Amino acid sequence: MLKMRIIPALVAASLALPGAALAAGGETHIEDVAFSFEGPFGAFDPLQLQRGFQVFNEVCAACHGLKYLSFRDLTSATGPTFPEEQVKAFAENYEVFDRELDDTRPARLSDRFPANTAAGAPDLSLMAKARAGFHGPFGLGLNQMLKGTGGPEYIYSLLTGYSGEEVEQAGTVLYENHAFPGGLISMVPPLSEGLVEYAAHAAGEGDGHGGDAGYTPPEASVEQMAKDVSAFLMWAAEPKLVERKEAGLRNILMLIVLAVLLYYTNRRIWAPLKGKDH
Amino acid sequence: MGHIPQEHYEPKTGIEKWLHTRLPAVAMAIDFLNFPTPKNLNWMWIWGVVLTVCLVIQIATGIVLAMHYTPHVDMAFASVEHIMRDVNGGWLLRYVHSNGASMFFVAVYAHIFRGLYYGSYKAPREITWIIGILIYLAMMATAFMGYVLPWGQMSFWGATVITNLFSALPLVGQPIVEWLWGGFAVDNATLNRFFSLHYLLPFVLVGLVAVHIWAFHTTGNNNPTGVDVRRKDLATVKKDTVPFHPFYTIKDTYALVVFLILFAVFVFFMPNYLGHPDNYIEANPLVTPAHIVPEWYFLPFYAILRAITFDILFISSKLGGVIAMFGSIVVLALVPWLDTSRVRSGRYRPQFKWYFWLFVANFFVLMWCGGQPAEGLVPTISLIGTIYWFGYFLVILPLLGITEKPQAEPGTIEEAFAAEHPAAKPAATPAE
Repeated sequence: MLKMRIIPALVAASLALPGAALAAGGETHIEDVAFSFEGPFGAFDPLQLQRGFQVFNEVCAACHGLKYLSFRDLTSATGPTFPEEQVKAFAENYEVFDRELDDTRPARLSDRFPANTAAGAPDLSLMAKARAGFHGPFGLGLNQMLKGTGGPEYIYSLLTGYSGEEVEQAGTVLYENHAFPGGLISMVPPLSEGLVEYAAHAAGEGDGHGGDAGYTPPEASVEQMAKDVSAFLMWAAEPKLVERKEAGLRNILMLIVLAVLLYYTNRRIWAPLKGKDH
Repeated sequence: MGHIPQEHYEPKTGIEKWLHTRLPAVAMAIDFLNFPTPKNLNWMWIWGVVLTVCLVIQIATGIVLAMHYTPHVDMAFASVEHIMRDVNGGWLLRYVHSNGASMFFVAVYAHIFRGLYYGSYKAPREITWIIGILIYLAMMATAFMGYVLPWGQMSFWGATVITNLFSALPLVGQPIVEWLWGGFAVDNATLNRFFSLHYLLPFVLVGLVAVHIWAFHTTGNNNPTGVDVRRKDLATVKKDTVPFHPFYTIKDTYALVVFLILFAVFVFFMPNYLGHPDNYIEANPLVTPAHIVPEWYFLPFYAILRAITFDILFISSKLGGVIAMFGSIVVLALVPWLDTSRVRSGRYRPQFKWYFWLFVANFFVLMWCGGQPAEGLVPTISLIGTIYWFGYFLVILPLLGITEKPQAEPGTIEEAFAAEHPAAKPAATPAE
């Protein structure tokens, strides 16, 4: 075991995919995208998550699952904020197995997305946390501290990183991709200009559920769809991100106040010993 | 409880006397809190309290996590996601626990380096030091087994690599590995026993910590001058010390809160920075990750393990690496007998200082090496770092005690404190 081959590469998720390990590796390119959820005050953009969900649902879901996500999560106020009725109706399109009924039934809000392993594609629930986009410099990990681990950036770069070249290896067609470790991926380029027709309105608009009245969807360019679905997958991987950051700000503020009080208490207690005024 | 003269608790009211003659718990607690502590302790003496709080945080969060976690190969990974998504505050519990392990090691390394610089390991504190090393070993075992529990790729492959180290031992190697695994591979039996032991060891740690504190309450704390507290009588003791409470309870609480700010920055804003993305992929025995690395706090020792790339006589490079890795902790444990200097504190040892800071730098260089692929210059740098690690303990410290000309130590702690605080009145008595 000690004599493992250690390859200086990005984590190869895809070692399971045929051919990937055979490809000659080049430098991968990961684009740094400015996402709304970055930084201590960052939060998800519900409209972007709604668009991203649409891309996932209409494109990715054909092969990929989202098995750790529950349908009710889609109604999350810090997530895509879809109206409950809409999600209920959406869930009913899925059949899930119910142990108590010992039979399948239409999915409810409380159910998870059924696993999708049909095409042998990896589940995407945690993909945005299972990949690192940034490394270094010099193995110090400082880039990850400054820019984040880069999971969503990796997904964005992968989706926009196809060169258009195809290679056939052992009967399998592989596609050249500048973000993928090894440079050749078995996933067919999934996005093309205008593939998704973005919903013209924010979810729930006009039915009493709020929504942004002035919203017009952006052009469904490959970059736009890739950005939206990457943001959606980050939310799917870390649905409590906004709660976490908000709690963090409150906690750190409170700790700083406590530290200041203790600093002066400590000074005052020691002052007589050190011959200082309080 | 200690041998340093101190004022003892006297029961005054009827009920206090009644209790005291039956169970002197109040006396024990109050005497403990009023323990005479050198008044010149600097900010490097905060880590003991920080570490105790880290242990309590790990146990408290861990107990609740265990209520929601399932130690089964088919369910462990999903149960962690259940904690992250469905359990109220589950994400906070888990991130505090996983980052808490890292914070625990930040504090323990600071604590160990403090001890090495100020000679806290020297007579009469050898037992405190040895217990400390046992605590450190138990911490490493606990952290390692805890990292296996989420059953991600790095959990599984880390467990495979580390347990396989024992196979390097001649004859007994393979049987030991299978005994550790409870089978012929890292599998459900391994996960189950790791969970059981991960729950047990923290309580062993609590016991060891109690003995660690008992030992240094018998010898008294070391201090930055390394000069002993004078114990002639209570009045003399009071010139060198202050009661732990309120002087160090407040000082340490202040330091603790500053430390918790750092802790919170990781938990709330970069909770996965210290982890590895591969651990968000469920364990798969058929797919080996491209680059298996342990958590950052094991990296220096991982570098030492990989530094031995050549056979030495009948010892294979693998066995040599394992011996070097365990040996690096053994020499650390033996430092009370390897350091021959009669001056305790590094503050008064002009040459020692250089070697000490080089040792600290070397620790970080080894940490970097441990995280790099073992190619190019990395194995050579690791080997140089390993040689310095052993050289520091086995050559430099024994010889330096004989060749070095130390500077004059202050006569008493009182003098040293007065020199640091010129405004202080001599023989100031602790104020209320």
